[in-house]
Amino acid sequence: MKVVVGIKRVVDHNIRVRPKADGSDVDTSSVKMSINPFDEHAVEEAVRLKEAGTATEVVAVAIGTAQHQDILRHALAMGADRAILIETSDVLSSLATAKVLRAVVEREQPQLVMVGKQAIDEDAAEIGQMLATLWNVGQGTFASKLVFNGNSVQVTREIDGGQETVELNLPAVVTADLRLNEPRYLKLPNLMQAKKKPLETVALADFGVNTATKLHLLAVEEPPARAPGIKVASIQELVDKLRNEARVI
Amino acid sequence: MSTLIIAEHDHQTLRAATRSAITAADQFSESVDLLIIGHNVSALAEQGARLNGVTRVRVIDDALYANPVAEDLAPLIAGIASEYRAVVTAATSFGKNLLPRVAALLDLDMVSDVTGIIDASTYLRPIYAGNLNAKVRNDSAIKLLTVRPTAFEATPDRDTVSPIETLAAQASAGLARWISTEIQKSDRPELSTARVVVSGGRSLGSAEKFQEVIAPLANKLNAAMGATRAAVDAGFAPNEFQVGQTGTVVAPELYIAVGVSGATQHIAGIKDSRVIVAINHDPDALIFQWADYGLVADLFESVKELEQALN
Repeated sequence: MKVVVGIKRVVDHNIRVRPKADGSDVDTSSVKMSINPFDEHAVEEAVRLKEAGTATEVVAVAIGTAQHQDILRHALAMGADRAILIETSDVLSSLATAKVLRAVVEREQPQLVMVGKQAIDEDAAEIGQMLATLWNVGQGTFASKLVFNGNSVQVTREIDGGQETVELNLPAVVTADLRLNEPRYLKLPNLMQAKKKPLETVALADFGVNTATKLHLLAVEEPPARAPGIKVASIQELVDKLRNEARVI
Repeated sequence: MSTLIIAEHDHQTLRAATRSAITAADQFSESVDLLIIGHNVSALAEQGARLNGVTRVRVIDDALYANPVAEDLAPLIAGIASEYRAVVTAATSFGKNLLPRVAALLDLDMVSDVTGIIDASTYLRPIYAGNLNAKVRNDSAIKLLTVRPTAFEATPDRDTVSPIETLAAQASAGLARWISTEIQKSDRPELSTARVVVSGGRSLGSAEKFQEVIAPLANKLNAAMGATRAAVDAGFAPNEFQVGQTGTVVAPELYIAVGVSGATQHIAGIKDSRVIVAINHDPDALIFQWADYGLVADLFESVKELEQALN
């Protein structure tokens, strides 16, 4: 079984982001970028499937500029076999991204595509579902457990208030929840090895996908600040404030 | 213009999140149709017909939809979407799983987790774990959006009744099958809609301590119980308790954070609460930057004291 893992390069989750001075977008200049954390869970699961003998090959795919090679090398160091960079300086909508991944599926013919459940910049949680639809296959979103059985996979999904299990025919798309696994730390020898693994670059234009979008980002702004709070000295004072000032109890 | 709302339900009761989605749609739409897909849902359809803001209820009732999967629901919705200018559902795990499938079937962009509606095409949505708000415009012919339930009031019932129409089922796409659902049973209010939420962090130290400290206070306040991701990962509380960017987003009247450090991903899930209270032994904990009332103290003693003071 061949597995394709789609990964995204995002502002590191420890960085506090700000709007650009003109409020037109997020200021991402000279901040640390990393692999999207949910995508790291997706790579980890794919590599574990290979180690368990379920997967035969793991292909990591990213869409973006030449700088995106760093997250692909990260995936290779985690254990992916090869990587594909679909090179473009455009920022794609979720639908456009799903269309590009559909074209990758056409070329690579995987049995499983994994992505993170959402990217921590846009927080949209759309791409996996859109790819599954364009490909006309089943989707296991927000997955916390996978059990493969011949030509199908049982996916346990994190839903509001509990878990749900669905069975998907293969091929299928799975989006990784945080609880799917614990991603491994990168070891230096693996990083060195990853430099020798194949990383192919394809121009986005070569796929002939229409990536036009009807979405327009008009502005990015800080959310309204909360009024500063106070420290109380005792429980008595706290209860008094909640009763008489905030009137919530 | 008219809007289609996709109802979320357990075949007996509509989820409160759907009532919030109706309120959101009411802000830009002249008429709102509620689509209920399920099995043996005639009583539910009558409930829907009494919702303030609903113009018409459309029902697809078939054994196929006793436990439907998004792969089978999406074609039903895409099939009638051209009758509407907007299709809206709540940004719950149900809505997030389903609507992108509808969008891809229709070859349309969508906007997810909307927290503010400026006009029929322009919305506010949080990005970067709620650290920033993005204002986006969608020029698609049909607007597809999921709305964050805590950002909109739940629409109430009314006395008049809207018409109910029945639509036909379709054969299953055969791509996915439902196997099982495990929902944590609880007598407490639902976390996402509770008026008061009491949450615990990793400082509680164990699952036993978590229950011992958080549960009695939650009982006293008729509150839902929540937890940080760190507390869930440490096994102190079940997954369903997790509040934050990757768990449930809450906006209660009162949020009490006990032993919570205040990581960005947790704050993203609580910062729209009306009043935030933090009890933590560490005076430098980030949570104090967000708390309306903070108490630096041993949490085991304080919570017990608070519980007694509420008598």
